[in-house]
Amino acid sequence: MNNMPAILVLAPLLGAFFACLAAWIQKQLSYYIALAAMAVSCFAAVSVLTDVITSGTMQYRMAGWAPPMGIELRIDLLNAMVLVLISAIAFVNLVASVKNVEQEISDRAPSFYVMYLLFVVGLLGVTATGDLFNLYVLIEITSLTSYTLIALGDKDRAPLAALNYIFIGVIGASFYLLGVGYLYITTGSLNMADVAVILKGIQGSSAVLTAFILCILGVWIKMALFPLHVWLPNAYAFAPVGFARVVAPLMTKVMVYVMVRLMVTVFGLEYIFETLNLADAVVWLAVTAILAGAFTALFQKDLKKMLAYIIVCEIGYMVGGAWLGNSLGMTGAILHILNDGLMTFALFLAVGNIIYMRRQTAFSDLSGLFAAMPWTMAGFVLAGLSIIGVPPTCGFFSKWYLVLGAFEAGAYHFAAALIISSLVCAVLFFKVFEICFFEADSGAGDHNPAKVITEAPVSMLASLGLVSVAIIAAGIYAGTIVDTIILPFLQ
Amino acid sequence: MKFFGFVIVCLTGGLLLYGTMDLPDWGDPGSPASTHLSDYYIEHIVEETQVPNLVTAVLADYRGYDTMFETAVVFCAGLACFLLLRDFRPKKDRYFRHVPTGVMLHFKNPQTRLIAGNEFEHMDKDWVPSDMIIKTVCRILIPFIQIYALYVVAHGDFSPGGGFQGGVIFGSSLILMAISYNLKTLVKRVTEKFLSVFAALGVLIYVGLGVAAMLMGGHFLDYGMLAPLLPSDPGHIRALGMLGVEIGVGIAVMAVMVIIYINIVSEGRHDEGL
Amino acid sequence: MSDILPLIVAKYNFWLYIILMMIGLYAMIAKNNLMKKLVGMNIFQTAIILFYVSIGYKHGATIPIIQGGHGGHSAHDAVIHAADYINPLPHVLMLTAIVVSVATFGVAMALCVRIYQRYQTLEEDELRMRVSERITHE
Repeated sequence: MNNMPAILVLAPLLGAFFACLAAWIQKQLSYYIALAAMAVSCFAAVSVLTDVITSGTMQYRMAGWAPPMGIELRIDLLNAMVLVLISAIAFVNLVASVKNVEQEISDRAPSFYVMYLLFVVGLLGVTATGDLFNLYVLIEITSLTSYTLIALGDKDRAPLAALNYIFIGVIGASFYLLGVGYLYITTGSLNMADVAVILKGIQGSSAVLTAFILCILGVWIKMALFPLHVWLPNAYAFAPVGFARVVAPLMTKVMVYVMVRLMVTVFGLEYIFETLNLADAVVWLAVTAILAGAFTALFQKDLKKMLAYIIVCEIGYMVGGAWLGNSLGMTGAILHILNDGLMTFALFLAVGNIIYMRRQTAFSDLSGLFAAMPWTMAGFVLAGLSIIGVPPTCGFFSKWYLVLGAFEAGAYHFAAALIISSLVCAVLFFKVFEICFFEADSGAGDHNPAKVITEAPVSMLASLGLVSVAIIAAGIYAGTIVDTIILPFLQ
Repeated sequence: MKFFGFVIVCLTGGLLLYGTMDLPDWGDPGSPASTHLSDYYIEHIVEETQVPNLVTAVLADYRGYDTMFETAVVFCAGLACFLLLRDFRPKKDRYFRHVPTGVMLHFKNPQTRLIAGNEFEHMDKDWVPSDMIIKTVCRILIPFIQIYALYVVAHGDFSPGGGFQGGVIFGSSLILMAISYNLKTLVKRVTEKFLSVFAALGVLIYVGLGVAAMLMGGHFLDYGMLAPLLPSDPGHIRALGMLGVEIGVGIAVMAVMVIIYINIVSEGRHDEGL
Repeated sequence: MSDILPLIVAKYNFWLYIILMMIGLYAMIAKNNLMKKLVGMNIFQTAIILFYVSIGYKHGATIPIIQGGHGGHSAHDAVIHAADYINPLPHVLMLTAIVVSVATFGVAMALCVRIYQRYQTLEEDELRMRVSERITHE
């Protein structure tokens, strides 16, 4: 029997409690325990992915009980890919963010790492599980840890942002829980595969429709789809960098994964696209989300806030792609989970480096960055180009699939929104590049930072370099990823 | 905002009402929820696990993986209160009482230090001498509450109860101590280190049992695999495993309840409050 | 009208939970005081617990603790009828949900304390004013 699926989730969980105990002996120990735990988890994730590719879906029975009675972890190609993404990003971020954590929350660093590990446990568990209620519990772990860690950021505004996030997050999670309740009352089961089988017989029921709407609505709130996104920009912008770097690329993407999982595995695509007539409305919603996200980003005066609105815009891509109702759109959405995770992570890594050196991310403070931090800015430019969708980078390929899917579905408004938002992103990023490239004439004149290279520490740059390579690689091997992972999953 | 809230409430309520139309009637024994999994649990649990309390059996065994994360959620909450509120800086205004005479001293300068000794006692700002009746009654009650908590934990397999309930009762007995005496008394007896170690330890017992089962060659949390480790009737091993898990949960919940209480009432200073 | 009434009677506690839940949701959206919002959040979550527990109920059944199952081999002799005991699963799920809601409430309280320490108020409009004041001062 292969225990890897369990180890994947358990390594960070055990690590968290050992780190908590070790902090009483030596504060530094907890960081190394966290690092080791994430390394184990990362290794397990990769091994699970290779196993799944060679020998198909893996099932792991918790406590040895057969699925509908007990909880099972069910890992197919889609989860395996997302699991590798999560554990890799969490691991790399742990390496990159030591110095940021020391700078921002030095007195509470061990507790920060414990919370961080629990957050990652939540994400991994959400992705690995095959049980609807277990998913809820794990979503609550991720939410609870992210409320706390976000509140540790900016002293004045972060607690307020976190409290708003709590209110909205609780509504989202509760809607999901209610949806599961409606599903349970109509099917009598909580296992995703089992529920899917039973649902085939009772598709006309209004309770199932309500369950579907509640579940999807809950997940949308958690992923911050446009009208429900109000919590996201403040929460991500005021969070401590060490955490913002991992929550921004992962949290929303995992929720998109949950949506895809609910659509494909639990309710079934036929039910959604043939029995219900919601797809058009949702694609329109996605179009609004993309445009609103992109145009609001234009008016921001702070780099972190701008990136937060870009995330809102990217969520629109994935939701729209998934609801186009054809396999090209779904492929694009799934590929974009991977690509957007990488791109956002790279952007936030670069932002973290800038904050580490300059403490500020308002546009007015960014002048002369190209001269002062050439490597960081190189990574930033690459990630920016990827967000815009310039060919060799991975961002281009997922957009390509999304646009193709939009044309196939006849959703020209979605294709237009994609192209417009790409243009807006181009404007945005070139505005930032321009500010960073030219030295401001006044203000920074006294100490003249441009003349000296004040680059971030090597650990941060190496992580950024690694992620930049991954962005290019994901672009070059996009075809392979689609052929080996996404298309077999969708069949 | 009020109108906006009203509209949202009406829409959601309408959706939920629409959903209830097709739900089976309340209490209908033939509804899917009461037949599919429920029948299996009711008919097989005693045979498979030897635990008559079905809720405990499902909680700690069939859905033990859920409960593990539930305990982790509790731990998170405790750690969150610590992270958000704990404040190690001493307060500006401090009050001391000269124990033999009862004279209060008020220090405004945080630099001033009082000579350490038994003569002076740190005070709350709005300190009222605790009533003797309250103190005595609570002193007598607290041990009984704690014994009852242990009973609830230990008897969770057979009667209503279990780790969470017992842990909360135990934690509340400690909180009662803080209320009837003062926070200082509690913090002196139950130190922060003790609490945080116990909170982590409780969850570790849970996860550790699961990992032990995994090392013995079973699935994670498969208590049946622990049979060679424990000198007991192999048929009863699942019940024992559940008891072990419940103890872990009880410890964690007890510690976390007290951590949350102390941090919130004293705004993280652990000196005075309520 | 004649067919709605039996519908309500047969499902009345689903209706009740919806009313309770909407009260909580309204408080969370419309109230100005953060503490009141928190109380609304608690009502909201409790309503869901009520909903789940009603799923578990069966007419004519008792609590899910098997009689005579206590420590004995005698338990094997007695036949257990599923109709005699209510469904244990919703209770298990709700134990989890209760713990989660308590944990969320604890964290939210801690945040309220933090906010009060910083701004000396928990009224949302005043908070908004003070935050913007602080920004313009800089």
